[in-house]
Amino acid sequence: MFARALPDRSVLLALGALAAAAVLYLGIGARGDLGFILMFRGSKLLALITVAVAVAVSTVVFQTISNNRILTPSIMGFDALYLLIQTVLVFTLTGVGFAYLDPYSKFALETGLMLAASLLLFGTLLRNSRDLSRMILTGIIFGTLFRSMTSLLNRMIDPSEFSVIQSASFARFNSVNADLTWLAAGITLLVSGWLIRRHRTLDVIALGRETAINLGVNHDREARHLLTLVALLVSVSTALVGPVVFFGLLAAALTYQVAGTWRHVVLLPLSGLIAATILVGAQTLFERVLGFQASVSVVIEALGGLAFLYLILRKASR
Amino acid sequence: MIGIRDLDVSLTGSPVLHDITTTLPAGRLTALVGPNGAGKSTLLATLGRLVAPTRGEVELDGRPLLDYPDRELAQRLSVLRQDAPIGPRLTVEDLVSFGRYPHSRGRLTDLDHARVRHAIDRLDLRAFAGRYLDSLSGGQRQRALIAMVLAQDTDVILLDEPLNNLDLAHARRVMQIAREEADAGRTVVVVLHDLTVAAAYADHVVALKEGRLYAEGPSDEIMTPAVLSSLYDTPVSVATVENRRVVLTV
Amino acid sequence: MTATRLTVFAGLLALALVSVLTGVASLGGDPWLVLVSRLPRTAAAMLAGAGLAVSGVIMQMLVRNRFVEPSTAGTGQSAGFGLVAVTLLYPAAGIWLKMLAAIATALIGTAGFLALVRRLPARDPLLVPLTGIVYGGIIGAATTFLAFERDLIQYIDIWMNGEFSGVMLGRYEYLWIAGALAVLAYLYADRFTIAGIGEDASRNLGLNYRQVMAIGLAIVSVVTAVTVVTVGMIPFVGLVVPNIVSRLLGENLRRTLPVVAASGAGLVLACDILGRLIRFPFEIPVGTVLGVVGAVVFLWLLHVRPRSAR
Repeated sequence: MFARALPDRSVLLALGALAAAAVLYLGIGARGDLGFILMFRGSKLLALITVAVAVAVSTVVFQTISNNRILTPSIMGFDALYLLIQTVLVFTLTGVGFAYLDPYSKFALETGLMLAASLLLFGTLLRNSRDLSRMILTGIIFGTLFRSMTSLLNRMIDPSEFSVIQSASFARFNSVNADLTWLAAGITLLVSGWLIRRHRTLDVIALGRETAINLGVNHDREARHLLTLVALLVSVSTALVGPVVFFGLLAAALTYQVAGTWRHVVLLPLSGLIAATILVGAQTLFERVLGFQASVSVVIEALGGLAFLYLILRKASR
Repeated sequence: MIGIRDLDVSLTGSPVLHDITTTLPAGRLTALVGPNGAGKSTLLATLGRLVAPTRGEVELDGRPLLDYPDRELAQRLSVLRQDAPIGPRLTVEDLVSFGRYPHSRGRLTDLDHARVRHAIDRLDLRAFAGRYLDSLSGGQRQRALIAMVLAQDTDVILLDEPLNNLDLAHARRVMQIAREEADAGRTVVVVLHDLTVAAAYADHVVALKEGRLYAEGPSDEIMTPAVLSSLYDTPVSVATVENRRVVLTV
Repeated sequence: MTATRLTVFAGLLALALVSVLTGVASLGGDPWLVLVSRLPRTAAAMLAGAGLAVSGVIMQMLVRNRFVEPSTAGTGQSAGFGLVAVTLLYPAAGIWLKMLAAIATALIGTAGFLALVRRLPARDPLLVPLTGIVYGGIIGAATTFLAFERDLIQYIDIWMNGEFSGVMLGRYEYLWIAGALAVLAYLYADRFTIAGIGEDASRNLGLNYRQVMAIGLAIVSVVTAVTVVTVGMIPFVGLVVPNIVSRLLGENLRRTLPVVAASGAGLVLACDILGRLIRFPFEIPVGTVLGVVGAVVFLWLLHVRPRSAR
């Protein structure tokens, strides 16, 4: 069972699918100055893949820590927390020139706060994970609370401006925060690589807290480290495109179906590839073929929501 | 040898164990007994460092548990809780193989594989080795968990009500294995509800009541009508049937 | 117990007074202002609050779960879907048609939720609100999708985030329907209480269970749809108020329904006044204020159990 079977067939297949989606994304409807278009689309492609990998890997790791396949960081309100932190910073630091900071410093400040806040909040929440539904519900309500506080603060900052609030309510895959793309891609690559290297520890943590401790893994410390990385990945994806609630769940659920294994050495790369294929493929279909505006995220979210209901009902029928 | 000194334990803020000091002899089978809510499972979890004491200390061979590196401790002490939930969809063999993790960190050697097979055989699970845990009955799953603990190959084995869900034959098999492990020089601690089983297999008995140490000593001294009746606040008699003590309530 | 009731009703009266006195313009010169804007606004907040709180308690009885209410069961989102759909299909639709569409979709959506809930295991009650929230989210996503492609997105925000600043004489009166239904619900209070005990118990007591379900469903859907169409969705009222009242007074609706209605009215009114004051002279929508207040109380309800039950 612990034999080395890399590279796994499903991983190779997913890699092929992603490559196909990427070619279509770059190629369809490309006219005029090809070099320019490829550059332009290429950086958007990189952003999409970064978001997808960050969301998928953080979801799989989070589900491993929480020992549950219905939970995702965004269902538990991570994205909403990040947006709230962004808004709080604007609200409190406007006077001292926060708005004029360069994007990197802003991102660093926001992410630093995000790591601290999520450890504090979700570290405590996850520790009482006996009563699972209560924990999930708490997370969801925290998400609602953060979102309401964000829009409250936005109204306080600029009571007449209406669009501010709206832009925070769902992801926009076609208006990526381009300043951060390279930094985000770098962070995602590093974090994912480190996580994949730790795949054996993740396998043990997936067995549950007590079993993991029995097998000599310092579960609480590991969970803290992993939670920090999850928060980092969520910061990356939220900073790039905004909140994505159910996409991670969809990607992770598909990954478990396709992978047919519990080994993180397969699960982690596969989840990233599957998520990226879905996102790039859907973006190609909607933007290039169907000519829709910005609704890809809405459709993906709806699908993810359906996946969530399916998982709950299937669990219930057992 | 496991030493317990001045142990207080609280769970989610409410005190469960008070002031427990005792020693569990090395190379023996110790039974933890007592009424519901006496704190047996909590004591076992504390011995297995799954729960941190609020006061006092647990020592393994004279050295506090907390001083052991995680991996070394996992090579010397294993603990199985009741109804340990297993998240991922694993086969029996996968699960039992994880028992070797403290030794080989997931890269299994031939020796590891041999140990895994041996543990599977001892629990009569060979026919189920490739089956997924979620397709097994509660008793089969319980045996797989016990097999994992055996594969871990530790000096100390802590089991919380291992007979849960087991049929007559397999309950007997598990207690025999526990006995064999103790005879081979390992320290085995088992939480037991069935006093007849405790009387038949244990060398040493620790009785808890309302979170306090109520009685302790060799099995013969504790498994008496007088001690048991006051431990459980109900009349208990001990009969001898075919050279074995049988604990009866009236 | 009577002290509790007295406090609630006295508090509501005081709030209404404050509400009439609170606003940008001073009342000194213009009695018209009171008649045209302040009084209607105060009445609207009270009617919506009472209606939603009563809807919440009915829903909790029908689903037999403490943590459901119109905004966590897809009712509000379904009403929004109907509004968007009718606006797209027939842009010239008058308010009556819009309201009928919203009521129809709210009914269908809520019935769908009830059907979904039946398939959930009874042993895990928190799965019900969880399912409802996601179910509502999916309907909301479908609505957003429709609206997005046809540039109706700003309407969604108006419908999904309740606000009373636009309320004036002649533009809120439909909310009286919500108030009337709250009174109607009182006539059925005993039957809802029995339905809340369980289907078997209801049958045993000779209750027409299906009929009670249907009436409850209709009340909840109409109140929610009317609220969404006239002022927008107001979250958490139907959840927070009944839970607190049941902790204080129990759940015999014959006794508690008036208190639930009055407390709901008071809560929405208080949040509306708060929204007028926080960033004076600008206004914060009541939906946003309640999003914060309601979420905090919900979290408290989730984690602090009543003293009697362990």
